[in-house]
Amino acid sequence: MTAYNSTMILAILPEILLLVLGVLVLLFDVVWKGEKRRALGWLTAGGTALISIVTLLIGRPGEPQSVFGGMLRFDWLGFAFKQIFLLGAIATALFMMDIEKLSRRGQAYALLLTATLGMSLMASAADLVMLYLAIETTSIPLYVLAGFLLDDDRSAEAGFKYLLFGAMTSAVLLYGFSLLYGFTGTTSLTSFVGSLPLALGLVFLIVVGLGFKISAVPFHFWAPDTYEGSPTPVAGFLSTASKAAGFAVLLRLFLTAFPQFVEQWAAVLAVLATVTMTVGNLLALAQKNIKRLLAYSSIAHAGYILIGVVAASKLGVASVIFYLIAYLLTNLAAFGIAAAFGRAAGSDEIASYAGLSRRSPGLAFAMLVAFLSLAGMPPFGGFIAKVLVFTAAVETGWVWLAVVGVVNSIIGLYYYLTVLKVVYLYRMEGENEEQYPIPLTRPYALALTTLSIAILVIGVLFAPWFDSASLAALNLF
Amino acid sequence: MDASQIIFGLTALLIIFSALRVVTTRNMVHAALWLIVTLLGVTVLYALLQANFLAVVQVVVYVGAIAILFIFAIMLTRREMRDGGPQLNKGWPLAALISLAVFGGLLALLYNAPVSERLAASLEGQDTLGALGQALVSPDAYVLPFEVASVLLLAALIGAVYVALNKKQESDK
Repeated sequence: MTAYNSTMILAILPEILLLVLGVLVLLFDVVWKGEKRRALGWLTAGGTALISIVTLLIGRPGEPQSVFGGMLRFDWLGFAFKQIFLLGAIATALFMMDIEKLSRRGQAYALLLTATLGMSLMASAADLVMLYLAIETTSIPLYVLAGFLLDDDRSAEAGFKYLLFGAMTSAVLLYGFSLLYGFTGTTSLTSFVGSLPLALGLVFLIVVGLGFKISAVPFHFWAPDTYEGSPTPVAGFLSTASKAAGFAVLLRLFLTAFPQFVEQWAAVLAVLATVTMTVGNLLALAQKNIKRLLAYSSIAHAGYILIGVVAASKLGVASVIFYLIAYLLTNLAAFGIAAAFGRAAGSDEIASYAGLSRRSPGLAFAMLVAFLSLAGMPPFGGFIAKVLVFTAAVETGWVWLAVVGVVNSIIGLYYYLTVLKVVYLYRMEGENEEQYPIPLTRPYALALTTLSIAILVIGVLFAPWFDSASLAALNLF
Repeated sequence: MDASQIIFGLTALLIIFSALRVVTTRNMVHAALWLIVTLLGVTVLYALLQANFLAVVQVVVYVGAIAILFIFAIMLTRREMRDGGPQLNKGWPLAALISLAVFGGLLALLYNAPVSERLAASLEGQDTLGALGQALVSPDAYVLPFEVASVLLLAALIGAVYVALNKKQESDK
């Protein structure tokens, strides 16, 4: 029996700290009373930022290695994804601070932190047992968060729908895992290589479970209803960090466990990517509600990111990571704007955004940045991300897939610009918009400004980020 | 076909039948009782696999505690023991079709599976309980999943308490 060593502790440093922070939040939830509880949001966001800095300083992995008897891989891939999740949690905590009935509840922040902990484990899990537990640790807090506004029927419906779909797909995933174990006699991802007779059938079962997490068509039905009903910051978290966690598992599982079947699963995922992009974009065209529009747009983005997975090359993996960083910043900003606007104006309809450029020029500008980045326009992060993904596809011979992606980006551009048209060109009829300002509280102003600047920065100075993503990608080959 | 295979087949049939009855019966208490039958069937499977400790735990925790709790919850919260709503919705033919397709796919998958040479080692006469305990706390085995499971349960508890007690807190204010 071996003892614990410092590498093991470093490998789960963010998880340990997240747990400590979660307990602190629950503690202060009891100690602080009334209005003071709003500070729980600052505590969560600040604490998570501190965790991110501490892990960046002392929690860096060296050579990739297995820890805890092969339960986890301690490598740059997991490290990069953990930073992505921490960033998502910080922004989400800030956005949660001014949502009525959410901001003064310690449980909400504690659940957010637990979900982040689960995602961190998903990103580094190298064993089926660990992986499944990590997925459940992520999902269960998110079910509660999606249905957190118990008085609101739509939120309750959102939570319940998410729970039902999640339970169903997780059962299918578990069935796939159990067959995998039954055929190979091991649960370790690294020892499947070469000993798997029935890869394709099992790939289908596993794709169902992960397809739900990344909201790929045809496992996307929960997404629009859940995003529309759940509290807006939670919807933002679901569409970014939760999706990134799904991709982390997809990359590690398929590239370390089934590299010899790359042709088969790449073909399955290529079909999935095509359908996901096309259906997501076409359905987004008809949406009248901003949160539903963002839901379909997030489905379409899952399709673009899948292109990078299909490429299954170093560039492909690096492009997936880069895309996820850019997409996380952009989509969190978009949902943050929707949360700020919905809170002040009491509506999520796109039509009610008319005159926003006069009501709140700052918010309108943040929206311009976020939506143009979603549409993939230079000089924003979304442009570089799309270029990288399509390059990876062309480089590995998936030219038709890249073409489908480009065509879809053009469809996407149309509905993003339609929203911006309402924001900038339409006026509130017969009213003086300046009498209806959209107040931005400090947490929103801080988060939105930071995100908008970050979107611009990774779009212009993309080399350092891409280098980090490439370094992480190397761990899979 | 030897005895254990016959026992397995009969138990599997019983499990499937009672699981079906859980969702088809209209009486809630009957559904809970059928659930107990299903869980007992799983116990038999554990015993067949010589996982004695798991079999005992299955009876104590699932049959003894959870199922009984179900029955109490049903009796204490519902005046009407029968569920009067429709049991099928519009989409059922499609759902049935997809289920059948998945079943067929799995059947084909398993039928084509090469018979594994690696049979699991027999557990007969071994100290499975001791080995299980060691594995759960050994840093080389399952200590991390074990700890994560407790975090998961904590989060589930917080969520459940929030969902269940929220209404009460609101009225207290």
